[in-house]
Amino acid sequence: MNFSLIWPEVLIAALGFIILTVDLVLPRSQERRRNVVTGSIAAAGMLAILVFSIFYLRGRVGVLGADLYLADRFALAFKFMFLGAGIAVVLMSIEYVGSRIRHPGEYYALLVFSVLGAVLLAGAGDLLVAYISLELLSFSLYILVAMSRGDRRSAEASTKYILLGALSSALMLYGISMLYGPSGTTSFRGLAGFLFYNFSPTVAVGFALFVAGLGFKLSVVPFHLWAPDVYEGAPTPVTAHISVLSKAAAFALALRFFIEAGSPTHERWALALAVLAALTMAVGTLTALPQRNIKRLMAYSSIAQVGFVLMGIVANTPLATDAVLLHLAGYAFTNLAAFMAIIALEHRTGNEEIAGFAGLAARAPFAAMVLSAALFSLAGLPFFAGFVTKFYLFTATADAGYIWLVVVAVLGSLISLYYYIMVMKQMYMGTAADGKPLAVSRLTFATLLLLFAGIVAIGIYPAPFAEALESATAVFAPFAGR
Amino acid sequence: MLTTIVFLPIAAAILVLIAGRDARVARAIAVIAVIAELALTGILFASFDRQAAGFQFVERAPWIPAFDINYHLGVDGLNAPLVLLNGILGVAAVLVSWRITHRAREYFAWLLVLQSAVFGVFVSLDLILFFVFWELELIPMFLLISIWGTGRREYSAMKFLLYTLFGSAFMFAAIIVLYFSFPAGERTFDITALASRDLSALLIPTALVFGGFLVAFAVKLPLFPVHTWLPDAHTDAPTAVSVMLAGVLLKMGGYGLIRINAGLFPNEMARFALPIAVLAVIGVLYGAFIVMRQSDLKRMVAYSSVSHMGYVGLGLASLGASGAALTPVGLQGAALQLFTHGTITGLLFVAVGLIYERAHTRHIPDMGGLMGRVPLIGIGFMLAGLASLGLPSTSGFIAEILVFLGTFPVFGWITGAAAFGVVLAAGYILWAAQRTLFGPRPARWDHLRDASAVDVAAMAVLIVPILAVGLYPRLLTDVFSVGLVPIISRFG
Repeated sequence: MNFSLIWPEVLIAALGFIILTVDLVLPRSQERRRNVVTGSIAAAGMLAILVFSIFYLRGRVGVLGADLYLADRFALAFKFMFLGAGIAVVLMSIEYVGSRIRHPGEYYALLVFSVLGAVLLAGAGDLLVAYISLELLSFSLYILVAMSRGDRRSAEASTKYILLGALSSALMLYGISMLYGPSGTTSFRGLAGFLFYNFSPTVAVGFALFVAGLGFKLSVVPFHLWAPDVYEGAPTPVTAHISVLSKAAAFALALRFFIEAGSPTHERWALALAVLAALTMAVGTLTALPQRNIKRLMAYSSIAQVGFVLMGIVANTPLATDAVLLHLAGYAFTNLAAFMAIIALEHRTGNEEIAGFAGLAARAPFAAMVLSAALFSLAGLPFFAGFVTKFYLFTATADAGYIWLVVVAVLGSLISLYYYIMVMKQMYMGTAADGKPLAVSRLTFATLLLLFAGIVAIGIYPAPFAEALESATAVFAPFAGR
Repeated sequence: MLTTIVFLPIAAAILVLIAGRDARVARAIAVIAVIAELALTGILFASFDRQAAGFQFVERAPWIPAFDINYHLGVDGLNAPLVLLNGILGVAAVLVSWRITHRAREYFAWLLVLQSAVFGVFVSLDLILFFVFWELELIPMFLLISIWGTGRREYSAMKFLLYTLFGSAFMFAAIIVLYFSFPAGERTFDITALASRDLSALLIPTALVFGGFLVAFAVKLPLFPVHTWLPDAHTDAPTAVSVMLAGVLLKMGGYGLIRINAGLFPNEMARFALPIAVLAVIGVLYGAFIVMRQSDLKRMVAYSSVSHMGYVGLGLASLGASGAALTPVGLQGAALQLFTHGTITGLLFVAVGLIYERAHTRHIPDMGGLMGRVPLIGIGFMLAGLASLGLPSTSGFIAEILVFLGTFPVFGWITGAAAFGVVLAAGYILWAAQRTLFGPRPARWDHLRDASAVDVAAMAVLIVPILAVGLYPRLLTDVFSVGLVPIISRFG
C-alpha cells in the first residue's frame, strides 16, 4: 500500500496529539494562556497542513488497499474545504473558549480530530472505512457539544446527540451487515454491480437502513429532530462546526456512495430520496418560520439547505454533482460567516434571541453587514454565493427531469427569505436597549472580511470555483449512467 | 464604458463606507460620483449612433459558462435614453439629500448602490444578469425606505419588498422555462438571441411565460390592480428615494414590458393588447380620481404616477393593431413617457420634498400662499405640474400626444376615455397648486426659507430635460425610433 498518499491525514492526527501534549505541559493555572497557545497551534497547524497538501498532493492520486481509501481529487477538494472550515472554526473559537469553555486543550484537539474524521470520510471507498471515519467525527462532536461551561442545555444537547447518534450508527451498521451478507463486499464499487443484479428485499432493506443512518447525520427529515436542540445547546462555534463540517462530510460520503455504489440502480432509489429531499426542504423551511432563537433558526435553515443539496444527489448527473460541490463550498463560506457574526454579536450581548439583535447594526455595523450578506446568501439573493450555487443546483436538477422538486425548492427559498429578513429587520430597524458600540476584535474582523469576500466572490464570479470543482467530480466520470 | 457606468456608483459606495465617517465627506464622494455618472451617461448618449440599428457599446464575457450565462451589456435606442435618465436622476437624488445627517454614510452608500442596480437592469442583455440586477435593487430600496423614511415606513418597505418579490418569482420561473424549452446546446439566456427565436412552442403555453414576465413588470410599472404598494412606498420614502422610485424604478417595469414582453413575445403581446389597454385605462382614470381626494401632497403625486404610468401600458397596447393601424407611434409615446415621467415626477417629488422639509407637513389644507415665501420651489412645482398635465412645450405633452395618436386608430373609445385623464390631471394639478402655492397664507408659514443653491441645482437638473425635450422632441424620439423599429417589425 502506498502510504505516502495519506501524509496529510497522518499530520492532522499528529497535530491533535501535539495539542493534547502541549496542553499537558502548560500549567493548569494559566487557563487564558493555554487557550491562546493551543488555539494558535491548532489554527497554524491546520494552515500548514493545508499549504503542505496543496503542494504535496499535486498530481498525487491513488487508492489504498482494494478500494478502501481513495486519495483522489474529489477527496482532495473536500480536504481543502474541511481544513479551511476547521481553521475558521478555531479562529471563531478563540475568544469564545476563553470565557465559556473549561478545557481549551481538549477542545482544540477534538476539533482537529473531527476534521480528521471528516477528511477520512471524504476518501472512504468502503462501507467500513466510512463507518469508522463517521464515528471518529461523531464522537469528537458529542464531546464538543457538551463542553459549554455551566450551561445545562449543553449537557442535555450532548446526551440527546449521543443517544440519537448511537441509534443512527446502529442502523447504519445493521444496514452494512445486510449489504455485506449477500454481496460479500463492503466496497462501494464492488456493491454497484451486485446491487444492479441482486436488488432483493434484504439488500433493499440494508440499503435503506444505511441511508437512514446517513440521514441522521445529515438531519434529513424525518431524522432531523436532534438538530435544533443540539444547535441551540452546543457552544456556538461547535454549532457552526456541526452545521458546516459534519454536514459537508456526510455529503461527501453520500455523494460517493450514491454515485459509486448507487448509479446503476439509480431509478430504484431516486424517487424515495426525492421525496425525502422535498420533505426536508418543506419541513425545514416551515418550522424555521416561528423560531425566536437565532441558533434554532440556523438549525432549521440548515435542514432546509440539506434538502437542497439532496436534490443534487437525486439528480445524479455530472452537472448536478458539480452543483452539489459548489453549493457546499458556497454554503461553507456563508454559514461560517453567519456564525462568526452571530458569535461576535451574541457573545458580547449574551443574548441568543433574535429579538436581542435589535439595533445591532448601529452598534456593530460590520458584523451586522456580514450577517445580512450571509442571510441573503442563504436565501439565494443575487450577488451572493447562494444565488449562484442554488441556481446551479436547481438548474441541474431540472435538467435531470425533477421539475416538481425544483418547484418545491424555489417556493422554499422564497419563504425562507421571510425569516432571514426578520433577523435583518431586528438588526437594522430595532432599537437597542444599550446603544454603546460593540468592539469587534481585529481577528474577528479579518476573518469576517475573508468569509464575506468568499461569499461575494462566488456570487459574482463563480467560474474559477466551478472549474476547480469540476475537475474534482471528474473522478466519477466512469460510473454507469453518467 | 457600460461596465464603468454600471459599477462606478458601487465603487463610490464602498469608498463612502470606508472614508465617509464624516457626513460631509460621504456627501462629497456621492456628489462627485453622480456627477461623473451624469457626464458618462451624457457622453454615452451623445456618442450613440442614431443611424445604426442593433446594440452599441456591447460588452460580453462568459460569466457562468456551465449554463452559457454571459456578462452581456449593450445599449440600443430603447435603453440609451433610460441610461441617461438614470444619470440625471442620480444627481437630483443626491443633491436633494444634501441635509441628510442621520447615518449619512450608509444612506449615500445605499443610494449609490441603488443607482448601480438600475443601470444594470437597463443595460443587461442576459436574462440572468438582468434578474440579478433586478433583485439587487430591492436591498437598498428596502433599507432606504425603512430606515430613512417617515410615517409607516417599515410597513411600506415590507409591502414594497413583498410585491416585488412576488412579481420576480414569476419572472424567474418564466426565465427558467424559456431556458429549458430548448434542447441542450441551444439553450440560452441571451435576450438578443431569444428575440430572433420562435417561442411559440415552449414547455408550458407561451402565454404563461409571457404572463410571468407581465406580472413582474406590471407590479413595477405599476399597472392596475397591482399598484397598491406604490402610494405607500412613495409616501413614506425619503425624498431622494421617491425621486429615484418614480424616476427610474418604475421605468424598469416599462422597459421590461417593451424589451421582453413585446420584444420576445410579439404574438402574445398582440393577443393580450386589449386587456392590457383596458387595465391601463382603468389605472389612468382610477389613479386620477384618487388623486383628487388626497390631502397629502406626496400621496397625491404618488397616485398621479399610477395614472401617468397607465399611458405607458396604453401606448404599449397599440401593438395589438393590425394592418395600416400598426405604427410605431404609440410605442414611441410609451417609451418617451418613461423618460418624461421620470423627469417630471422626479421634479414634483423634489419640490414636494423641499416644501415638506421646511413646513414639516404635507397636509394640503394646512398650506396656502407659499409662492410668496418660497418662489423658487414654487416655480419648480408649477413647472413640473404643468409638464405633468401635458402643457405644450413641455416633454409631457409630446409623450401623451404620441400615445393618443398611436392608440386612437386601434382602440377608439378606450383611448378617448384615457384622454379624459388629461383633463383630470389639469384639474388636480391646478387645484393642488392653488391650495398650496396661492391664496391666503397662514401666518405660520411666514418664516419659510426659499430653496438654497443646491436645491435649485437639484431642480434645474430636471427642468432642463423637461424643456429641452418639450421644445425639440427629436432629441429623444429619433433615438427611441432606432431602438423600437426592430421590435415593431415583428408585429403585424
